[in-house]
Order: sequence, then structure tokens, then C-alpha cells
Amino acid sequence: MNRTRVAGALALAATLALSACGGGGASGEGTTTLSIVGYAVPEAANKAIIAEWNKTDEGRGVRFQTSYGASGDQSRAVVAGLKADYVHFSVSSDVTRLVDEGLVDQNWDDGPNKGIVSSSIVVLAVRDGNPKNIQGWDDLVKPGVQIVTPNPASSGAARWNALAAWGHISANGGTDAQAQEYLTKLFANVVSLPNSGRDATTAFLGGTGDVLLAYENETILATQNGEKLDWVIPSTTILIENPGAILKNAGPKAQSFLNFVLSPAGQRQFALKGFRPIVEGIDTKGVEGALDPNNPFPAPQKLLTVSKDFESWSALSKKYFDEKEGIIVKIIAASGKAK
Amino acid sequence: MTSATLAPDRPAPRRTVRSGRRLTRASGLGLGVAMLWFSLLVLIPLTAVVVTASDGGWAEFWATVTNQQTLAAIELTVGTAFLVTLINIVMGTTIAWVLVRDDRFVGRRVLEVLIDIPFALPTIVAGLVLLSLYGPDSPLGVNIANTRVAVFFAFLFVTLPFVVRTVQPVLAELDREAEEAAASLGASRFTVFRRIILPSLTPAIAAGAALSFARGVSEYGSLVLLSGNLPMRTEVTSVRILSSIENDNLEGAAAVAAVLLVISFVVIVAVDVIQRRVVRRG
Repeated sequence: MNRTRVAGALALAATLALSACGGGGASGEGTTTLSIVGYAVPEAANKAIIAEWNKTDEGRGVRFQTSYGASGDQSRAVVAGLKADYVHFSVSSDVTRLVDEGLVDQNWDDGPNKGIVSSSIVVLAVRDGNPKNIQGWDDLVKPGVQIVTPNPASSGAARWNALAAWGHISANGGTDAQAQEYLTKLFANVVSLPNSGRDATTAFLGGTGDVLLAYENETILATQNGEKLDWVIPSTTILIENPGAILKNAGPKAQSFLNFVLSPAGQRQFALKGFRPIVEGIDTKGVEGALDPNNPFPAPQKLLTVSKDFESWSALSKKYFDEKEGIIVKIIAASGKAK
Repeated sequence: MTSATLAPDRPAPRRTVRSGRRLTRASGLGLGVAMLWFSLLVLIPLTAVVVTASDGGWAEFWATVTNQQTLAAIELTVGTAFLVTLINIVMGTTIAWVLVRDDRFVGRRVLEVLIDIPFALPTIVAGLVLLSLYGPDSPLGVNIANTRVAVFFAFLFVTLPFVVRTVQPVLAELDREAEEAAASLGASRFTVFRRIILPSLTPAIAAGAALSFARGVSEYGSLVLLSGNLPMRTEVTSVRILSSIENDNLEGAAAVAAVLLVISFVVIVAVDVIQRRVVRRG
């Protein structure tokens, strides 16, 4: 008797709960709606690109639903079922995760752009006026220099920073051992290791440290938003390449949106928000917030790329950032023990 | 067989007892909803964490939780949460006392409203505020950024309301006649507090302490900007868990989370045991 009552009550409650969860999720009638899932930084640029695309014949009337957050989290959310037609992440491993799940075509990076939709470089952000006179990587390991960088162990995007520092030694004739030694000194000077690029920028702007390992687009965007900071392009740095991809089950409009993103008009919008265009011949004049708005993206002396200098993203992830065996992960862990 | 012959002779009080325990329609529904709610929100997710943690096997689990960096993070998190809870027990009870008993205190109403702010503020905003007040650009000249003190401070900030809010209503309902009687019988103020007031407050203090500890152990947002997340020094467990997730190591993340769950469970049970002891002795 008792049992059945309880069971009945449970069943009733369950149906109530389920029916309450149903409904919603209304689909667009007539108009196309594209879902963009991306990492946080290019939100402003994507917004501008959408506005431009909506002015073209192809893009007229297409509506967008957008979701922005930490790159890895967003990628995992798509795997877990977050609706997406177009994804824009900070590192390619976040797209390959979707490939592994069968959500994105295996040939997503076969095009001339190799799956990359936006790019930037690693720069050394310093306090306004550069009071510590930071000119390059070697200045960072001097005693008394305090560094802020997002943690490469916990943020995929922060790995660009560590790779640039590594490349400063390895691409200039240094051995792995010398690069390790340099990174050990570098991390000994790190005073804050926030979990994401955004948190690192916030901590730096909040007064922490003398140098922030940052991305050029972030520093330009911060300046556009009225923050006071300066930055130095080190002689050796790395090209940050952010991938974008269409999901397998996306509608035809998604591909035409991606085509627009890669077009000069789309890349111009990226440039205006501080990203380096991925194709030649884009008008980059008048980028507000850049060190020189009319020459916003000066070429560094030596620009490393993942494919040229680090084999591939998956290879370097394993070598440097494996949770247990990664060279750089170990250096970071050891940096804590030294003190 | 003997029982069968005996049965008719037996009076039937048990029947009435049983029917008294039978659920009415309303209470059956209530129990059903409560169980379903509890299962959906607590039991199933917690089980999932433990199951995921065991996915990698025992050796993997052990290697994860005994990793030096992880151990340092657990030690820092649990130790700090413990210390903060002790402080909250004293300070929270004091604040509750001021709010309820101190009629002369003019700022009481203001304090009454402000006390819940740490609940209402998104923790990352709290982190920003703490960074600007107690970071390198501190207008107060206090810079605790990137030190363990920052973790301690952030925990204190987010857990402040728990003990206050659990003790306050109990203190307000407390019958003052017992205190007056004790005083008139010659008990000192301290004795009155220890023998009359404290035993009544203890369950509330314990509840607040348990909440405060659990909240501290899981804190992330408010300290992430101020603590610097330095491995072995200021990195807390929630940051370690996040690291594992970013590396697609869900088993590792769940393993560390499971350890936190066990520690919190043990502490909450211990708090309850101590609380019962104190009440009994009072």
C-alpha cells in the first residue's frame, strides 16, 4: 500500500517535471537563423562582420544566435549538444574535438586558409610609458620583473604565449635544454597565472605585474575600450591562428557566411578590431587603438608558426602541455616549488 | 505454528501504530516530490561525479589525487576553509548578536541589509572588487595580491553571511526569561552565555559553519583574479579541477572533486557530532 503510494507520487511528480521541461525551443519560421559558438575575444569582430554580411544579398535577413565563452568550454558544450552552425575557437584542438565526435567534417582545414579565420601575434604588454623598459624576451627574465600570463596548463589559448617564449630560444639556434632553462627563469618571474586570457588582462589592468604576455588583438581592443597600456612586439614571436568551421548539419547559409568571413570585407572587420588579416591585400588603415593606426600590424623580425616550427597542434600539445609529462607543464609546477 | 495459535490472543496496538504511520495523500506527494527533487539535483549528479572518478581505475585515481601540485591545492583549500570557518563561528555569532541584541547600535538596519551582499554579488565581480581594493593599486595601501592571504580573504568574503543568517533568527526567538532567571540566581554573564545561550545557538552555529566550510572549499570566482593561481602556493582545488577539464581529463577532474566531496562530507558530519555533544553538555 505504502510503497505504491510513494511510487505513484514519484511517477506523478516525474510527469509534472517532464511536461514542464517540454515546449520551448521554437524554431524560426521562414527566416534562417545561424548559431555561432565561439570563444570570447572575437565577439565584437563577429558582430561587425554579421552587420556587414546582413547588408549583402546573400546575408540579408539571416538572423544569428550567438554564444561566447572560454574556447575549450564552448567546444565541449557543442559536443554536449549546444546548437551550432559555425564555430570560431582560439586553438585548432577545439575544432578537432568536434571532428572526433563526427560533428565537423574531417576535411574542414583543407581549404586555402587551412581552417584559419583570424590571426594575431603574441606581444609583451607593459605599463603605460614602459617604465621597466621592456624591449624583448630577454628583459623578462631579469630580476625584479613581474610577469602575468594566463596559465598554459589550464587555458588552451595561453599556450601561444609559452610557445612564443620557447620559440625565442629554439628558433634562434638554442637547444631544448636552453629553452627549458629560459622558461624556468621566465616562470620564476611570473606573479600571477590566471585561468584565461581575459582574466589575465583584468588582473594586469588591475595593477598586477609589470608585463603581460598578451595577444596583439587583445591589447588593441583594450586600448579601444579606453584602457591605458603599451606593448612591445618582440623580435621573435608566434602567429596565433584561430580556426573556424562549419558543422556538418549546418544549412547552406552557414557556408556562405564563412565565405564572407574569409573575404576581404570580412577580414577588414577583423582588422578593425585588432586581428591580423589572414589574406594579403586587406586595407588595414585606420585601426583605432593600434600603436600606429595607419600601420597597425608591423611585421615582427621573426614570425613562427605552428606548422613550420612546432609540427602540429596535437604534437606540441603532447610534448609541452601533457598534464603529467608536458615539458612546460612540468616547468610551471616546478616554479612553485622553487619558492 | 505456535505463533498462529497465539496470534488471535494478542492485542492489536501495532496495527494502530502502523496506520498512524501510513502516508496521507498529501504527505505521499510531498515525499515523492522531495525525493525526486533531491535525486535530480543532488544524488544523481554526485553519483555521476564518483562514477566518472572511478572510470580511470584505482591506480589512475590515486596518481591524480597524490600529484604534488594537487595535494598542495587540496591542503591550501581545506586548511583555509577550516580556518575561515573557525573565524566565521566567532565573528558570525558576534555580528548576529549585534543585529539582534544591541538596540543602541544605529547602523543596525544598514548592516542588516549589507550582510547579504556577498550572496548577491556574482563572485567574479567580488573578485574584481577585492583586486582593486587589496591589490597592487590598493587605495588602502594593503596589497595581498598573489599571496595565500588573498585566498583566505576571498573565502572570508563569500562565507560571511552563513553563520550570521543561521544564528540570527534563533537568537531572536530565544526566551530571555531563562537568562534573567539564571542571572537572578547569581550566574555570571559568562555562565549565562555558556550554559543558557550557547547550547540553544549551537545547532544554528554548526549549520552555518558547515555551509561556510562547504562554500569555501568550492570557491572559485572571487579569488581567481586576486590569488594569482600560482602552483604549490596560491592555487586552489577548483582551479586544479578546471585545469584537468581543459586538458580533457574528466576522470582527473572528477577524482579531485570526489576527494573534496569526501572531505566536505567528513567535516559536515564532524560538525554535527560536535554540535550534539555541546548541546548535551550545556
